[in-house]
Amino acid sequence: MTSIVPKEQSSENRQDLSTEEHEDFRLFGLIAFLIADGMTFAGFFAAYLTFKAVNPIGPDAIYELELPLPTLNTVLLLVSSFTFHRAGKFLEKSESKQCQKWLLITGALGVAFLISQMFEYFTLPFGLTDNLFASTFYALTGFHGLHVTLGSIMIMIIWWQTRVPFGRVNNANKFPLEAVELYWHFVDGIWVILFIILYLL
Amino acid sequence: MTISLKPSNSPQEKLQPTGWLKYLSFSLDHKVIGLQYLVCGFLFYLIGGSLAAAIRVELISPLSDFMPREVYNQVLTLHGTIMIFLWIVPVVNGAFGNYLIPFYVGARDMAFPRLNAVAFWLIPPSGLMLITSYFINGAAQSGWTAYPPLSITTPAAGQIIWILSVLLLGGSSIFGGINFIATILKLRRPGLKLMQLPMYCWAMLGTSILVVLSTPVLAGTLILLSFDIVAHTGFFNPSLGGNVIVYQHLFWFYSHPAVYIMVLPAFGLVSEILPIHSRKPLFGYTTMVFSIMGIVVLGLVVWAHHMFTSGTPPWMRLFFTIATAFIAVPTGIKFFNWVATLWGGKISLNAAMLFSCGFIINFVLGGITGVALAQVPFDVHVHDTYFVVAHFHYIVYGGSVFVIFSSIYHWFPKFTGKMLNENLGRFHFIITFIGFNLCFAPQHWLGLNGMPRRVAEYDPQFQLINQISSLGALLMAISTLPFLWNIFQSILYGDDSGDNPWHALTPEWLTSSPPPVENWEGEAPLVLEPYGYGKKDSIETQEQIK
Repeated sequence: MTSIVPKEQSSENRQDLSTEEHEDFRLFGLIAFLIADGMTFAGFFAAYLTFKAVNPIGPDAIYELELPLPTLNTVLLLVSSFTFHRAGKFLEKSESKQCQKWLLITGALGVAFLISQMFEYFTLPFGLTDNLFASTFYALTGFHGLHVTLGSIMIMIIWWQTRVPFGRVNNANKFPLEAVELYWHFVDGIWVILFIILYLL
Repeated sequence: MTISLKPSNSPQEKLQPTGWLKYLSFSLDHKVIGLQYLVCGFLFYLIGGSLAAAIRVELISPLSDFMPREVYNQVLTLHGTIMIFLWIVPVVNGAFGNYLIPFYVGARDMAFPRLNAVAFWLIPPSGLMLITSYFINGAAQSGWTAYPPLSITTPAAGQIIWILSVLLLGGSSIFGGINFIATILKLRRPGLKLMQLPMYCWAMLGTSILVVLSTPVLAGTLILLSFDIVAHTGFFNPSLGGNVIVYQHLFWFYSHPAVYIMVLPAFGLVSEILPIHSRKPLFGYTTMVFSIMGIVVLGLVVWAHHMFTSGTPPWMRLFFTIATAFIAVPTGIKFFNWVATLWGGKISLNAAMLFSCGFIINFVLGGITGVALAQVPFDVHVHDTYFVVAHFHYIVYGGSVFVIFSSIYHWFPKFTGKMLNENLGRFHFIITFIGFNLCFAPQHWLGLNGMPRRVAEYDPQFQLINQISSLGALLMAISTLPFLWNIFQSILYGDDSGDNPWHALTPEWLTSSPPPVENWEGEAPLVLEPYGYGKKDSIETQEQIK
């Protein structure tokens, strides 16, 4: 009844299993992580909306947010999502030069967003500790900016890794690019929600 | 190739490399990581237990004569934080989850072994950081809840270190949760359906969903709190226009599910232990699964029952009272399922079984006081009194910690290949059970009579009851000694257990004890009926399927 499998055979089995098992679920893990990350933002948004509803700040302290710059930021991020998607398409077609070009554009858009955000910070009439609204504004946009910074760094790493022939990201191994792309779309989506809640509402 | 699913005691080849160095080094093997969680958690339990002993010594007399009040506050904060974040959460999730889940889904390791090791190795440094904060200008003094404005006005260094270490532990918990979800949903052996998994997998799936959804909210909240402390923003500081109630909402959005994060895995472990030691199938598998998932959903929408005295509006009180009362339904279903599993079974009263039965008794008492506390008129009177302390400890000590001990007695042969001394284990159970009830049952009375918690001094009329409670705490402290003796004695000189001393059918017992590095010599067994005890044909059926 009990059969002890010879060692050689069992190690073969293991290899079969491991290639079979470790194919798919990195994406699954990433999505789970993004859900968790999204919940952090959800907490911040809930806090902000509650503050807004329950703790009105004094009439002399209300600051009107200028819309042009954040609208430009929104456009920058949305366009960068499309350019990233394009880079991914070119990687699938193994056109590395094109892929790298579009990655570079995406990274540049990300950096442009950060610069524009910094510019907004410096021109705003209030500082971090001026009042509750100011604090929440900086905490929310800052936490999102941290995500954009990390994303831009990762895009640059992917850009470096897609160069031919030394890069490790190519048509056969495109998960790193897909992962960063998904993360980037997530950060964009968060920005859109943030823009609506913080600037438009 | 056929693999026997018949419980066998015949020795199999041991592939496990032995030696302590292996357990203290970086390893990606889920079994080693599980044991690392367990040992690390137990060391923190001893530290947290010493702090609890210090609290009970202080409370022997009505005056704060054993330690200064500030130190008392630090001690109770450290006690709560260590016991929750460094003992119960890592052990019921990390230790047993890592050890058992890959066996149960028929895998050779977790889905993300490296992430798993990262999740574990975040724990010791953050734990040490938390404890060393005591020696740097004093530890946090605002309790494990860190309510502002208390946490903003007490010395900042200890509070910031507390926040950092809780953030790291939360990160560890999230990584673990992602790993468990991926392992259970994606790494199942082909042919194994979700509804054929042992109950602990379902418990861990539900727990991990709660971890992934709620822990990040706590992280965000604590980041805002640290802004308040370091940068003097006013999120939670009313004098700067902030709102303390927002902190309470966000905090309890994590910390109520945290209770289920501590107790749902314990439910799962009990559901594994009871059928084996009463030789009967688990009663009501499907209802068990649905009640776990019901608890997960309801557990996310009951948090404000901790805040009935925080000026919550009436509609909110009504909603959260009703939602909380609803949780009693799935919990009650599980309780009756366990009792029905025991009913008419061939019960062997060994240490594992005794601790599980102790859990059932304590948990019913804790559950009843929980339903009582959910009722606003009652809660308003006993809020922040020792009644809450008693209720909480009945859930987490009488519930989770009893299950941890039960699980250690049950799986020790699996971990080491050695048997524990059953009589010493029974002795351990008896003094733990008596000590626990002696310590915490009188605290219900203290709370009903208005003794506030978290205060070093109290009205002299409460002295006798407090002394009885401290006597119980002494018994609990002593009860650790036979346990530790039993563990060391058995590792060194214990009887060989064989591979399957309990004649169990769950997959982790169908390999050698301790298991080889990749869990099975050959192909993983396909166990379709993990609870097929007492059925004449269950073993044959499983062989036919093979």
